[in-house]
Amino acid sequence: MSALHYTGDCPIVVEGLTNAFGDHVIHEGLNLTVRRGEIIGVVGGSGTGKSVLMRSIIGLQAPAAGRIEVLGQTMHAGSYGGGEIDIRSRWGVLFQGGALFSTLTVAENVEVPLREFYPEIGDELRHEIARFKVMLSGLPADAAAKYPSELSGGMRKRAGLARALALDPELLFLDEPTAGLDPIGAAAFDALTKELQDTLGLTVFLITHDLDTLHEICDRVAVIADQQVIAVGTIPELLALDHPWIQEYFNGPRGRAAADAQHRAKAIDKSNGQGA
Amino acid sequence: MTLPTMRDQADFTVQADDDGALTIALAGPLVVSSVGYLDPRLRQLDGPVRQIDLSGVQEIDTTGAWTVWRLARDNAAQITGASEEAERLIAALRPLRGDGAIVPEELPLLTRVPAFVGDYMMALGRGTLGILEFLGAMLLAAWKIAFGSSRLRVNAVVRQVELVGVTALPIVGLMSFLVGIVIAQQGAVQLQDLGFGEMTVNLVGRISLRELGILMTAIMVAGRSGSSFAAQIGTMKLTEEIDAMRTIGVSPMEALVIPRVLAAVLVMPLLGFYSALLSIIGGAAISTLTLDIPFWTFINRVQEVVPTHDLWVGLIKGPVFGLIIALTGCYQGMQVKGNSEEVGHRTTVAVVQAIFAVIVLDAFFAVFFTELGWG
Repeated sequence: MSALHYTGDCPIVVEGLTNAFGDHVIHEGLNLTVRRGEIIGVVGGSGTGKSVLMRSIIGLQAPAAGRIEVLGQTMHAGSYGGGEIDIRSRWGVLFQGGALFSTLTVAENVEVPLREFYPEIGDELRHEIARFKVMLSGLPADAAAKYPSELSGGMRKRAGLARALALDPELLFLDEPTAGLDPIGAAAFDALTKELQDTLGLTVFLITHDLDTLHEICDRVAVIADQQVIAVGTIPELLALDHPWIQEYFNGPRGRAAADAQHRAKAIDKSNGQGA
Repeated sequence: MTLPTMRDQADFTVQADDDGALTIALAGPLVVSSVGYLDPRLRQLDGPVRQIDLSGVQEIDTTGAWTVWRLARDNAAQITGASEEAERLIAALRPLRGDGAIVPEELPLLTRVPAFVGDYMMALGRGTLGILEFLGAMLLAAWKIAFGSSRLRVNAVVRQVELVGVTALPIVGLMSFLVGIVIAQQGAVQLQDLGFGEMTVNLVGRISLRELGILMTAIMVAGRSGSSFAAQIGTMKLTEEIDAMRTIGVSPMEALVIPRVLAAVLVMPLLGFYSALLSIIGGAAISTLTLDIPFWTFINRVQEVVPTHDLWVGLIKGPVFGLIIALTGCYQGMQVKGNSEEVGHRTTVAVVQAIFAVIVLDAFFAVFFTELGWG
């Protein structure tokens, strides 16, 4: 790996982050370190500031205090300079609703970051990149020429993902990627995320409420509660902790169902493996 | 084989075999930031490519892999020296396609123009029907409120009266005052030449009450409130708020349209009258300075020279203009679908249509009232 890519171990380091809206304190002294190449799931009750954490990391929200380092660069809200390469060309963000530009087709959406950062890329290659990224995100080839309003919710998320992947980012931020998708669509999106992480060597910061996603693809899970990240670890590690919210989250009816499904899937894999 | 590598940019060397087939050796990082200049040069190669050597490539991403894979596919060339990562990426790209349209196909010009004209005419027809249908639905809703099941949302009406009327007072007042000054000043210059300087009072008084007060107010309200109706309702349409209202059993007609239309109908004659007054005051003020007609004499003369029916002409036109402005605004807002661009487009259409309709109707009213003997 050359200097073009981040070679450290922790692409995201958050130290002592404090966020507050007026009197309402969202985060107080929050710490989080994301390791290179992992899929980290971020969970927490509604209103605990999962999205605010993501917005702070990507510089959309100026924190009241604390230090955020992304790919070795210290972030200052509103300014993205400092590094050799613009940090924004090294990450991809999928917003909750997809946030596609509604007046552009899907392929044109994917071309926006390419035009912005690498104007020297010729039309021909840029169109090709846009088209194969659209397909890489699991959309049919004819979706490239469609407008966002012609797509279903699940397809819009995939189109948003295609745009997030346009520049081959090292870091991928996903805000509730499976929310609002049917179980089949959600499972397919999980598989896609995992596959992309493997093929492209991505580090994925994933906000989710989807217990199946957590069990299925997350290497580690960070739990936000009481204005802090109270625990980070694999799900078995988290279950060993005695925190009431964590216990309720993973051992509630839905948590257990997701865990059971995971066990069954593993058992089937095993028996198939023996049969073959 | 060592190759000269440019900092950050990918490069390649070509080696031709005896039969003219080429061996391409790529070097440097092969990533999205470095292939921009490389790709056109690769596309311009003449002669079949037999082999693509990647052993000099330090780094590769999907864009770089695509460049290699496309070259290999088009020439049926062999890829050698690929790192594990390069092979993995190329394998992932193999099933993907880079061809096909990225925007919906456009018809040829000769087909497109007639199609556009036809669509436009059809849309015009549909729009006329649509607004009549909308007017009908609104009258039905108003009927229900007056005699039946539905209730009038008084709070909403009051709120809209505030937004359409009260908050418009400063700008409408200032505008009318200035227009009054202009009319009096310009009128006086012409009339004094003829020796009828005092007729300026007639000019300012009659034109303000009859025409200009209400017309200018209508244009201002169309720009301020007609546009805001269209944008508000259009955005609510996009965010499915209107659909949510329908499913809860709240009629958007009753909750959104009627209060706005009613507010505009109530407020327009008042604003128009206020505007006429301010314009007369403006005329009186300038006359004091340039015509030597004292302020209060001017005001008293207005009462003598302006017939009462001039006041009625202005007051009758007010509610009609208000209805047209609010109706077009709400109708256009309701027509929004699809994307955010549509909101802007519909807002523009609402303002343009409202002002146009107001001016056409004003001309009609002018003839009508003159025929009526209110000339």
